[in-house]
Amino acid sequence: MANSHSTEAQGHNPDTDGSLPPEGSELEAHLQSKHMVINMGPSHPATHGTVRLKVELDGETIVKIDPEIGFLHRGFQKSCENVTWTQCLPYTDRLNYLSAMMNNFGFLNAVEKLIGLEIPERAQYIRVIGSELHRLTDHLTCVGATGLEMGGFAPFLYGMEARELIQDRVTELTGARLTTTFGRVGGINRDLPEGWADKVLRTLARTEDLLLEMDGLLTGNRIFVDRTKGTGVITAEDAIDYGWTGPALRACGVDHDLRKVQPYWVYDRLDFEVAVGEHGDNYDRYLVRMEEMRQSIRIIRQALETIPAGPIIVDDWRIALPPKPEVYGTIEGVMAHFKLVMEGIQVPPGEIYDATEASNGELGWYLVSDGRGRPYKCHVRAPGFPVLAAVPHIIEGKMLADLIPTFDTINMIGGEVEQ
Amino acid sequence: MDRVSAHFPEAVVERYVDRAGGAWAVIHADSLPKVAAFLKNDAELEFKLFGSMDGVDRLHLAENDPRFEVIYILYSLKRREHVRFKVRVSEHKLVVPSLVPVFRGANWWERLTFDFYGIRFDGHPDLRRILLYEEFQGHPLRKDYALRDRQPLIPERPIKDIFRGPGTSGHS
Repeated sequence: MANSHSTEAQGHNPDTDGSLPPEGSELEAHLQSKHMVINMGPSHPATHGTVRLKVELDGETIVKIDPEIGFLHRGFQKSCENVTWTQCLPYTDRLNYLSAMMNNFGFLNAVEKLIGLEIPERAQYIRVIGSELHRLTDHLTCVGATGLEMGGFAPFLYGMEARELIQDRVTELTGARLTTTFGRVGGINRDLPEGWADKVLRTLARTEDLLLEMDGLLTGNRIFVDRTKGTGVITAEDAIDYGWTGPALRACGVDHDLRKVQPYWVYDRLDFEVAVGEHGDNYDRYLVRMEEMRQSIRIIRQALETIPAGPIIVDDWRIALPPKPEVYGTIEGVMAHFKLVMEGIQVPPGEIYDATEASNGELGWYLVSDGRGRPYKCHVRAPGFPVLAAVPHIIEGKMLADLIPTFDTINMIGGEVEQ
Repeated sequence: MDRVSAHFPEAVVERYVDRAGGAWAVIHADSLPKVAAFLKNDAELEFKLFGSMDGVDRLHLAENDPRFEVIYILYSLKRREHVRFKVRVSEHKLVVPSLVPVFRGANWWERLTFDFYGIRFDGHPDLRRILLYEEFQGHPLRKDYALRDRQPLIPERPIKDIFRGPGTSGHS
């Protein structure tokens, strides 16, 4: 293939065709025209997470691309199937290190449905607030990194400033910066700290300012627009066929958001809009993420305004740990505590598929319980997995430079994809 | 699923409802592509979004014959609901027809299921491991695959590690 190509390329060389050098002249440049295979990754600055892209190039055009994943694979399923339900929580955090709470709460939502448990209203509100805070950090990182890799460092810094502020609030809430392990089956770990809501409101105001700055620096920027508009295009039909969800699908013009179509927790009481794009290109995916951040800020404000008082975890000692005075003071408390820690929550046998809308799309869980304290089967449908699977389809035949913005805006998260 | 039962009465082996009210159907492996194509193309159903799929090893469950299950989740943007179905595969004939001709999204999920359970997909264009390396022996999500079994690509040096203890040192 390479040889036949090289003779053909000599005849159409734009550098030499105009000046008409004699046939076989020493002046005629022999341009390299063999196909070249290059490896991007496993740790390339533009591949978020460890993914190796085997790219076959003809000049600058991508002929074939084969994403090879699995460098981070750490046996998420097998690990979960060998610990109790509660002990799975730290593993779920580590699926997406930028939105740990969403993965955490998504898993818990599935487990609670499997048990048939309704969690207290206040816990539902706090889950919404935590999820939306983490949606902000996730999108800020994605958009900031996109700007950075298109050559703009300032938007990245603004994004990081906003993300750090939000992560400070997350730290105050959960005690951890990235891997929060904040949820519990039946509710959440602890209540909102004193004065936290006011701090969040101040952080959101600052985040809005920073979003405006990023918007001003990127949305009309000539370089950014030229590199993202019309690149990485996928039609809505193809995106659906590949199983895309979340911002990447909405950028194709499909109005689909699980928070709206099958509301969980208290999303149906909150007023927000679903951001929808039009063209399915990198620019629209960027715009959808920007709009989603504004909507998240709206959601958090409303939730903080209307959050009711009350318990934050169910009062059932078969599911939630008893209060400490009961553990230290009564035999029933000790026994419940001991059984929960040693044996885990006794989830009734059965199976379930349940999904929530994480920052990158549908985060689905297929869980099987055999009635003992451990998950028998714990399958996660990571939103990034089908999105990454479609990258060869949308990038083959395009330029190598288009790969970078495409890879940025689909926001593949290694931890989820590689489980 | 009522429509599927009506169209392909012989294809549906069993139907039940899970604990959260989600309807499940067990499909005959042979009629899987037919049913999937119907779910996708029927004007009233339009389950076009390939949600997810995975295998289940039922070795330690009360009902474990046949041993493996492959589950499929599709989503309909029109009806705004998921459809859940599965096929059962016996240990002696680990082949399921591939859904790649129907859904392109099935490609990677089938590779994943093959990687972890060793279930082969008949008609898959490029069936190879996806997360593990080619030289890996066995299928780690099977219940008879030991949790601490290790297969390093290059031999690990033995470490005398008082903190991590035995089992992590390469002696296995």
